[in-house]
Amino acid sequence: MNKINLLTPDKSNLYNFLYIGILLFFFSVLDVTLNSFFNINLTSFLPDALSFFLPLILGFIGLHFIRIEYSGIKYLDLINKNINTNNFNALLSLLIIFIFIKLLPPALSWFIIDANISGDSRDSCTGTGACWTYIKVWFNRFMYGMYPNAEQWRINLSFISLAFLGSVGFFATEKYKKYLTLYYVVIYPIIAFLFIFFFISGGPIFFDFSYGIIAAVISIIIGFFIPSKFKMYYFIIVPLTVYILLKYVLFYEELIELGKLEALEWVETGAWGGLSLTFIVSFFCLIFCFPVGLFLSLGRRSDFPIIKYISIGFIEFWRGVPLITVLFMSSVMFPMFLPEDMFIDKLVRVIIAISLFEAAYVAEVIRGGLQALPRGQYDAAKSLGMGYWKMYIFVILPQALKLVIPGIANTFLALVKDTPLIFVVGLMELAGMLGLAKTNPKWLGYAMEGYVFASVVFFIICYAMSKYSYNLEQKYKTER
Amino acid sequence: MADPIIQIKDMNKWFGDFQVLKDINLDVEANKKIVVCGPSGSGKSTLIRCINRLEEHQKGSIIVDGTELSEETKNIEQIRAEVGMVFQQFNLFPHLSILDNCTLAPIWVKKMPKKEAEELALNQLKQVQIDDQANKYPGQLSGGQQQRCAIARALCMEPKIMLFDEPTSALDPEMIKEVLDAMVNLAKAGMTMIVVTHEMGFAKEVADEVIFMDEGMIIEKANTTEFFANPKSDRTKLFLSQIL
Repeated sequence: MNKINLLTPDKSNLYNFLYIGILLFFFSVLDVTLNSFFNINLTSFLPDALSFFLPLILGFIGLHFIRIEYSGIKYLDLINKNINTNNFNALLSLLIIFIFIKLLPPALSWFIIDANISGDSRDSCTGTGACWTYIKVWFNRFMYGMYPNAEQWRINLSFISLAFLGSVGFFATEKYKKYLTLYYVVIYPIIAFLFIFFFISGGPIFFDFSYGIIAAVISIIIGFFIPSKFKMYYFIIVPLTVYILLKYVLFYEELIELGKLEALEWVETGAWGGLSLTFIVSFFCLIFCFPVGLFLSLGRRSDFPIIKYISIGFIEFWRGVPLITVLFMSSVMFPMFLPEDMFIDKLVRVIIAISLFEAAYVAEVIRGGLQALPRGQYDAAKSLGMGYWKMYIFVILPQALKLVIPGIANTFLALVKDTPLIFVVGLMELAGMLGLAKTNPKWLGYAMEGYVFASVVFFIICYAMSKYSYNLEQKYKTER
Repeated sequence: MADPIIQIKDMNKWFGDFQVLKDINLDVEANKKIVVCGPSGSGKSTLIRCINRLEEHQKGSIIVDGTELSEETKNIEQIRAEVGMVFQQFNLFPHLSILDNCTLAPIWVKKMPKKEAEELALNQLKQVQIDDQANKYPGQLSGGQQQRCAIARALCMEPKIMLFDEPTSALDPEMIKEVLDAMVNLAKAGMTMIVVTHEMGFAKEVADEVIFMDEGMIIEKANTTEFFANPKSDRTKLFLSQIL
């Protein structure tokens, strides 16, 4: 009886099979590892073909021997359940393990062992692996584009401040929580715009508007902390006082002249670039495309034929044209339709173009969410006396938007990865700078390193966004 | 005698080519309880959905509390705030807690201060005995509890009329009683109610009048004892013999 059972392991002779199986399996892995890392072939005495397939055969037999159901050994059962359920799966598992072991040494050698990072010129790249020196030398350009080195602190400072202001939500106490939406939807983008317009862009204009706008923003923010009893007086008195102070006490006109002298050096948007430009473009496009998409999706479901067909036409138009032509149009055709003395910056045009383009996609994603809601929700809201806007703001949109978080995240990720296309209008963000660097005569032939670097950076950004969207999903989950 | 609170005259409604309601005439006086019954597809639900204009009627007139229902949006919202409605599928707002479900409309439609609205809501929830669940979400409650919450939510608007659209049809038999109890209490408190239901026990207990509908017409309208003891039309007799 025992003899017939030789090839079908079971519990009665568990350990015999276990030891033989593990031995065979380890021998096969060892053979492949030695072969791949140290180029030693243990089985060179065998014919070539046999020697090549031997680890696979031995490992297969080994896995077959240790496939003992309900052996009672925890890890063995775990392995059997997950990678060793039947002969075919065992073979697949083995193949994947072997391919991984085979690929590891060349990858390691390219990325680390044979790579160079020291030095600051092409000559120091002597190894056969990657030349990280290239990334090191160009790192500054990859981050800031053509932005003057001496002025880069302005970008750093702006981004750090914005990151800090953006994290306010985590520290807000219960009392101020209700203002957070207003802050993130209205105030934060305005602050971000001010930073970028006055600080990163610079120029004599800095002191011109900034006094007025910053004063207005500050007074509005302070306004929220004023007891509602005095709020009306506050909003009448403060602007008046500020105006009188500026005009008659501080002599604002003269301050402007003064400001012009001391202003930050103006850096035109054509010189911006690198990762910082990726962030700027993505940030503003994300912020603009969402509300536009929201209104388009509502418009498409509207009862008024005019609004409905305008929305449909808009959405279908932007979904039907490729982004690259939209960008090209925005930079070449659009200025022709503007009055002669009117000038809109290239970057602004690009941001508007991408926002409108992505808004069409966002609109369709949100429409999916709206359609997924049962009609009873609309009935219930109406039966409580809510009008159109109240119904949508308090009942329909919170549920619909929650449903479409994965879809919106998807669109936003695509948006971030679409930003490299702005190279067609001459704006060089991260991938654009790579293109520029790889054609530099001094550094020909290192495109690979650049693209690996860019993929890692984009992966980090996109993975962070996708994780964040997943967290949001969990946070707003209220069903059982 | 005061005017009836709901006056429906020669009302007709079509869904496309299909006529759902045919020449409906119905007067409901304040504080009366009306039960509407009939086979499915007979237009009962559509009738009460017309009363707060979740459906539009095409011909005839509906006057609710002195206001005629028409195209004008403003007066529809006014009427809807005065007419509470409870649905077969509860239709609670799943993203809001039970308390927020109840306070949402008073705060934003009636502009009630938040504190006052919460007090009112807790009071109404207490009436239907789920005030201890106030901070849970609808998904965490049983069907019967959800339906009682829906009743409380409608009552928070302090309506003059309550419409019930088969409130117990989607419930387990065990939970029907708790919902019916809540409705009986409401009836005893003197609310004007129109109830579409198949619960004949409930009809016998609280209804002043029972209406039997079939194929979009009111076949029979009689006071409760008369309706059950001595139905006039053959169709009603057939229906009652099947349901009782």
